Amino acid sequence: MSKPLLSFQRVTYRYPGADAPALDDVSFDIHPGEFCLLAGLSGHGKSTLLRAACGLVPHFDGGRFAGHVTLAGLDTREHGPARLGALVGVLFQDPETQLVMSSVRAELALALESRGNGAAAVARGVEEVALALGIDSLLDRSTHELSGGEKQRVALGAALAGKPRMVLLDEPTSQLDPVAGDELIGLLRRLNQEWETTILLAEHRLERCLTAADRVIALERGRVACDGDPQSFLTWAGERVPALQTPGAKLFSLAGLHPPPVGVRAARATLRLNGLLPEQDGPVDVDGGNPDGHDLAPRPKRRRRRVGNERLALSIRGIWHELRDGPAILRGVTLGLAPGDSIALMGRNGAGKSTLLRHAAGLLEPTRGRVERAGRVALLLQNPSDYFIHERVGEEASAEALEAVGLAGMAARNPRDLSGGERQRLALAIVTGAASDSQDGPPAVLALDEPTRGMDRETKAELAAELRRRAREGQAVIVATHDPEFAAACARRALLLADGRVIADGPASELLAGGWYFATETARILSGSGGALLPQEGAELLRARAALLHPPAPAEVVL
Amino acid sequence: MKPAMGMTLFYRRIASPLHAARAGAGAAWALSLTAATLILFHPIVLLALLAGVLGAAAGAGVRRAVARSLRTALIVALPIVLINVLVSREGLTVFARLGDLGPFGQGDLTLEALVYGAVIALKVTLLILVTTLAGLSIDPDELLRVFRRLSFRSALTASLATRMLPVLAADSQRLAEAQRTRSSGAPSGARARVALLGAMIGGSLDRAMDVAATLEVRGFAGARRAPRVTRPFSRHDMAFSASATAILALALAGRLTGAASFNAYPSLRMPTGAGTLTLCAALIAATLLPFWDRRGIEP
Repeated sequence: MSKPLLSFQRVTYRYPGADAPALDDVSFDIHPGEFCLLAGLSGHGKSTLLRAACGLVPHFDGGRFAGHVTLAGLDTREHGPARLGALVGVLFQDPETQLVMSSVRAELALALESRGNGAAAVARGVEEVALALGIDSLLDRSTHELSGGEKQRVALGAALAGKPRMVLLDEPTSQLDPVAGDELIGLLRRLNQEWETTILLAEHRLERCLTAADRVIALERGRVACDGDPQSFLTWAGERVPALQTPGAKLFSLAGLHPPPVGVRAARATLRLNGLLPEQDGPVDVDGGNPDGHDLAPRPKRRRRRVGNERLALSIRGIWHELRDGPAILRGVTLGLAPGDSIALMGRNGAGKSTLLRHAAGLLEPTRGRVERAGRVALLLQNPSDYFIHERVGEEASAEALEAVGLAGMAARNPRDLSGGERQRLALAIVTGAASDSQDGPPAVLALDEPTRGMDRETKAELAAELRRRAREGQAVIVATHDPEFAAACARRALLLADGRVIADGPASELLAGGWYFATETARILSGSGGALLPQEGAELLRARAALLHPPAPAEVVL
Repeated sequence: MKPAMGMTLFYRRIASPLHAARAGAGAAWALSLTAATLILFHPIVLLALLAGVLGAAAGAGVRRAVARSLRTALIVALPIVLINVLVSREGLTVFARLGDLGPFGQGDLTLEALVYGAVIALKVTLLILVTTLAGLSIDPDELLRVFRRLSFRSALTASLATRMLPVLAADSQRLAEAQRTRSSGAPSGARARVALLGAMIGGSLDRAMDVAATLEVRGFAGARRAPRVTRPFSRHDMAFSASATAILALALAGRLTGAASFNAYPSLRMPTGAGTLTLCAALIAATLLPFWDRRGIEP
């Protein structure tokens, strides 16, 4: 076997002032050309491991470091990130902090220039990486006017410009819509296959990238808990950390099927083999009904709502948001939310989701159209940290509001020391408040803008449960999200926005079941059959189907 | 509340001859306008220069942003006129008497002080507009690249600062929005403002750490001098270079020949003959001619 490109040997690392180590006796080798996925819950050491691989730990972050990390034979104790930068490209989560120049061309050229390449080599390197990533049309654009997906591609281009042997990526798709996220993973796969670039990718949405990976390393409390191929990782996750299971694997596990599928294709192959795939009987009914005539799962009835005919918590009538000398961000959007409604707002980056929520909350005023609110609209913006201005949790929100989100015992802590999920709950307490905090009482509508960015599955499930609880209590909930699994878990109705227009509006069980991108993995595996979106619903459907195909033998009669 | 404006206050590559010119030529052209503003005092010639700059802003596609800058400039300029009228004791043409002002002497307001104040205000306005026009139309990365050959790190730091301006502006807008959505309303009072400022500084430091980490892995610590880049002069490079030379030459000629001479005190003296008017026309033409040719300006 070839010599490892990246090697961790008994690495233990503790951040300055931390009680517990972020990495604990970590050892593994990664060989040239491998596509390796790094899995684990939030705070279990994925980002730290990536920082250690490129030398930022310990050279940039400080702390106590034991063991050895070698990259292409260079020990990171002796060689800092600048030297290692020629061998490894790094892409962090937030593209905004990775673009340091004002134009795309200058951004791509910077790494090449700073390594002393000549003008011709710089120009050629820029041209080649731009063509390889399909960003040649962006070369003369300003970096601050790019979309999130474009920024992430440019940042990847900057990391790849020097043709590094390895690329480290820390949740690069967390801020991208499903289309841009899939494109990025496809691009990484192509780089891996065509250039033999070694990839080490940390990601929460494993279902998006598991099929591309050769190997998965799972971290648990800073230790390597599993290191194997995707199939064995899923088996391990099913037994040890169900929160790391992909929806497809969970579907199989709940339905009692084996082995856990690595992707949609593998899942469908297994179902087909067992005669459980609905499309075997003919084309799938686009309305969600089963083609063989059996309705295997109850379909929620479409609730047509005419805006203005009933008491609504929020009524948006034909609103436009047109920029002076610029495009129209919203084009005649009409939407009504009754108390207790839960709506998922989906669409690509730049479709107008965030703008619509800002109009709902009164942060923006439409250029045409009208917004009517039955009460306060609480808007939770994308970054919970933006809300924190005090040193103590208790100063940020009232005791009653903290109690409502389960943070009553944390009043004395610093908001910035909270975990991702706790931060989100504190921000929720700040925007919703308690009944006594506001003259208007509790909010009639709760609007959330991309609340699951960078969250692991466990934390997302907690947030979805909280939103369902609020909807049950009569609050109207509207969530803008790129995550179909989260949308399915928390919303009964879904809206698809494109280019500022509502292009689809219907029950989540229909809308999230019929697409390629805006569909859950369960729905894609089952071809949207029976409107099953979540693994539990899908497993029920499969069990019912299995019962139809193989009815239990009649009880033996003893004469 | 008004809908967000679609206007940017930072450099953005758009289809205009000035954006299409290399940063060096654009900067030379802006510097020549700055030099002309500093050299010339004749109010009519300065007004001609103002007309040229506003026309150039329209030609560069940044008319609205420059118009907004003009409003800001007027807020700065008006006090200059008022202060000069009130404090200057020179000039013979008294148009208002405020009487005895004690230790400040007689409060006589003169026409000469008014006109001189207006000239200074006009110069300040021009400097603000030229800076805005240059900031919106000249690629800062390309410009700072020239300096990176002299001092890589200083120039890169300047590039970074330029890049971070819109990012920090967006950050502060995001923070302000978040505070507006608090259930208790946006925090008010001195203590809350201090807390908010602390949060903003904390956020900026976090961002600075992330950017520093990015620079570190891109090899900033071992950075070397940027390579020299040679590329052929485009028609726009040549047009703006020629325009810069012409503007500077005209300003110097106006000063040396007396066509643009101006004395405010003790009484107003300024030529308004054919020479001055020709100079005005020539300055406007020299400023605007590079915008005439719009071939090959698409980004």
